Formats: sequence, structure tokens, C-alpha cells
Amino acid sequence: MNIDFAHRQSAHCESGVTANLLSHHGIEISEALAFGIGSGLFFGYLPFVRINRLPLVTFRSAPGAIFKRVAQRLGVEVTRKKFRVPEQSMAALDQALGQRIPVGLQTGVFWLPYFPPALRFHFNAHNLVVHGREGDAYRISDPVIDEPVLCPREDLMRARFAEGALAPKGAMYYLEKVPGQVDLRPAVKAGMREVGRRMVKAPVPIIGVRGIRYLAGQLERWPQKLGAKRSGQYLGHLIRMQEEIGTGGGGFRFIYAAFLQEAAELLGAPRLSELSRELTGIGDRWREFALLGARRCKGRGAEETSYPRLAAMLRECAEREEKLFRSLLAAL
Amino acid sequence: MKREDVPQDAAIFGQWHGICYALDDEGRYVLTPSAGWDPANVANLQAWEVIAEEIREAIEAVRSGTASPLAFHMARCQMDVGLLASYAHLPRWRVRRHLRPAVYARLKPELRARYARVFGVAPEHLDQIPDMPQLPVALDEYREDQAQ
Repeated sequence: MNIDFAHRQSAHCESGVTANLLSHHGIEISEALAFGIGSGLFFGYLPFVRINRLPLVTFRSAPGAIFKRVAQRLGVEVTRKKFRVPEQSMAALDQALGQRIPVGLQTGVFWLPYFPPALRFHFNAHNLVVHGREGDAYRISDPVIDEPVLCPREDLMRARFAEGALAPKGAMYYLEKVPGQVDLRPAVKAGMREVGRRMVKAPVPIIGVRGIRYLAGQLERWPQKLGAKRSGQYLGHLIRMQEEIGTGGGGFRFIYAAFLQEAAELLGAPRLSELSRELTGIGDRWREFALLGARRCKGRGAEETSYPRLAAMLRECAEREEKLFRSLLAAL
Repeated sequence: MKREDVPQDAAIFGQWHGICYALDDEGRYVLTPSAGWDPANVANLQAWEVIAEEIREAIEAVRSGTASPLAFHMARCQMDVGLLASYAHLPRWRVRRHLRPAVYARLKPELRARYARVFGVAPEHLDQIPDMPQLPVALDEYREDQAQ
């Protein structure tokens, strides 16, 4: 069985799956639009949560939130299931495929055989779409991979039952009912409002622009607190979260700028185009931070890559993002 | 970032590409494939270097008789006791016990098979420990940089 499913490669797995599933069901939206409507942009520095003994830093909202928000804001009905028994989860998948429904899955990348081996860490919130079966293998549209791939049943089952943080427990989801007419404009505005509030009005100092400033202050102290080697690892971890596959560059800042550009047209609001350009500039600055940070990790460029200099760059990003998101809220 | 500035520093994606959002000549955002970017590659290699170190230490511990072969497979699969315990559906204290060579030597075939399944090896290969960690990335270049 094989469902005719248009694979569009995307920067980020969840916004990609959301956009591709919606498009399949007749709501043609881009990945950037899905990312924006789903309020994907975020910043959080949570040093008390550890991933492989490194502090959690995130540039996007919690896994699953984008899909959930987009569905809510567009009035799409979604079925979501989790399982205890792996065989049952595969039977449910087969059943949905039998009804010609493409199915979204939450998986652990460590077990996906087609995934680039260098990127196979224990990350359990990777989204993909299953759109067919050929004997003992499933047809998969993994939005961060160039083309559709085949994945053996055994491996897919393992990936669906990965253990540890964010264990998917076989989670699968698909669109149940899609409204005939969809007005994207209120959804776009709601998405922007949530991101704006989160970035400049979060009540805790570790989220939004305050979180970026908090990180800057911590980063400055890493060398004294942790020593050169360990602080290099912290820095490298930060760069990975910002730039490794799935962010579209600049810790999701570019994809959000692309969303603002589309939103400007959709809402007939040229002010949003200006904000898009400014966010592109901020994203470029994040990229420079990663570039110099990586040089620091390599033990090069003593002066311009000192920790205080890197912290100053982060503070500049925070400053500019604060202004930007305040203007965004004002423009709504 | 402009489309022509999207980096193409191949290293870790293999045959695949990542997508970058970049601007075309008219200032419109376009999705642009990227073969990789050096700063991200460096950060990735650094993460593997940490894993490699853990594997090396585990190999050493198994060879010197202070840990069972499970320690090697645990490091190779990037697991700690907690994660291995969830995969094996065992309480942590039992996994910790099985990391002791003497306890491991008396392990029942059923449990050996269970661990082998988790680690993706045949039960009879569980005791085969290589001399060096085998990784999906080449760390030589990264180490040279560190040595400078």
C-alpha cells in the first residue's frame, strides 16, 4: 500500500510534518507558516535540566507544541494515540495506512537506520510521516531528509519505543477532520502574539530575552567555574542546539523571519516585512556567535573569542530581540 | 544570510543535506540545501569526542577486569545506567550489579539475550570488545586542532 504523499524537505521536523500533513489534506501552507502559526520560536536556558550532563538550552517551543497549536488555531481535528505494546502500535499504524491516511510518528533518532550516523544521539522527539508500506519496510517522509526513504519495520518499532527523556511511547497522530474553508489570518496573529509575549513578557528570568541575558551572564563565568575543557563542551553544546540540523540557521531566527515575511503579505502589513529584515540581521549575529564560539572550542582566536566577548554578543542579540518583539506586539 | 552564503562544508550529513532559510536576490526567503557548516561540524565532533572518551574508558575497565562487557556496550550506545535500565526493563540496581564482572559471568541466558537485544548484537558477541572505539565520524582532524 502506498499513499500519494508530497515530500517537501524542511528545516525542522515538527513544522515540516505539520505543513506536509496539512497540505496533503488540502490546506496548502509552507513550513515557515506552520512554524509561525504554531508559535515555534522560543528561548530558554534551564541549567537545572541536564542532557548528557549538559545544561538544557532551547531555541524552540516544547516538542509537540507546534503541531498542537496549528491544529487548534486552524480548527483541525486530530487523533493522537500512545501505546504500551509495540505490536499494537504497529497494527494501529497499518490500519491507518490501510485507510489511506498518512500518519505522523514521534520517534527516537538513535534507532533510525537512514539517519546520518553522526547525528544519531538519544533525541526522542523526532517527527516523521509514514505514507506507505512495502513488505517489511515502511515508506517514510522524514522532513529533514532530502527524499522519502524506506525503513525496516523492526527499526521503526524500536524508534517508536525509544526510552529516556521524552520517550514517545509509540505516539502516532493524524488529521481526522479538516474544515473546508480556513482563514489563516487570525491564526497567524494568534501565533505571533504568543511568541511576542513569551519572548518579552515571560514571568521567569530564564525564558525569552531575559533567558538570553541570563545565559550571557552564566557563559561569562563558565571558565572560572568549570575550567577550560568543560566550558568548551558547554559552548559546543550551545552551538549544536543552535545550528545542528533542524533549525534552518541562527537558532530558528531565519525561519521565523521567513514567517514574518509571509505574514506581511497575508495580513497586508508592510511593518512585518521590516521586522523580518531586522530578525534576519539578528539571526546573522547568532551565526557569528556560533562561528566565534566554535573557534573558541578549537582553542583558537584568543582575543576576539574570549568568553566576555561572546557574552557581549548574546547581550546584543537579547537587546535587539527585545526591541523587535515589543514592536511585533505593538504592530498586532 | 544570503542564498549564495549558505555554507557547504560537508562532514556529518553523509549523503543528505540540511535546509537553511536564506534570502534570494529579491530579498525573499528561500529554502536552500546545505551540506553542513564548519562551526556546527566542530560542535558535533566535540560531542563525539566525549562519547569516544567514555568508550575508551569502558574498554579499559573491561580489560582490567573492573567492569563487565555491558559497560562497553552501554558507552557505545550512549547510555547511562538509567537509560539502559529502561531499555532492559530492569531496576537500576540490577543493571549496576550486572556491570560487575563476577555477577555478569553468572548471568542467565535469558538476561544475556535481553541485553544483546537492547544493544543490537548477537548474544554470543556480547563479550567481544574491540581495541578502539568505532565511531561514525573521523575525529583525527578535531584532535589535531585541539593539540595545536
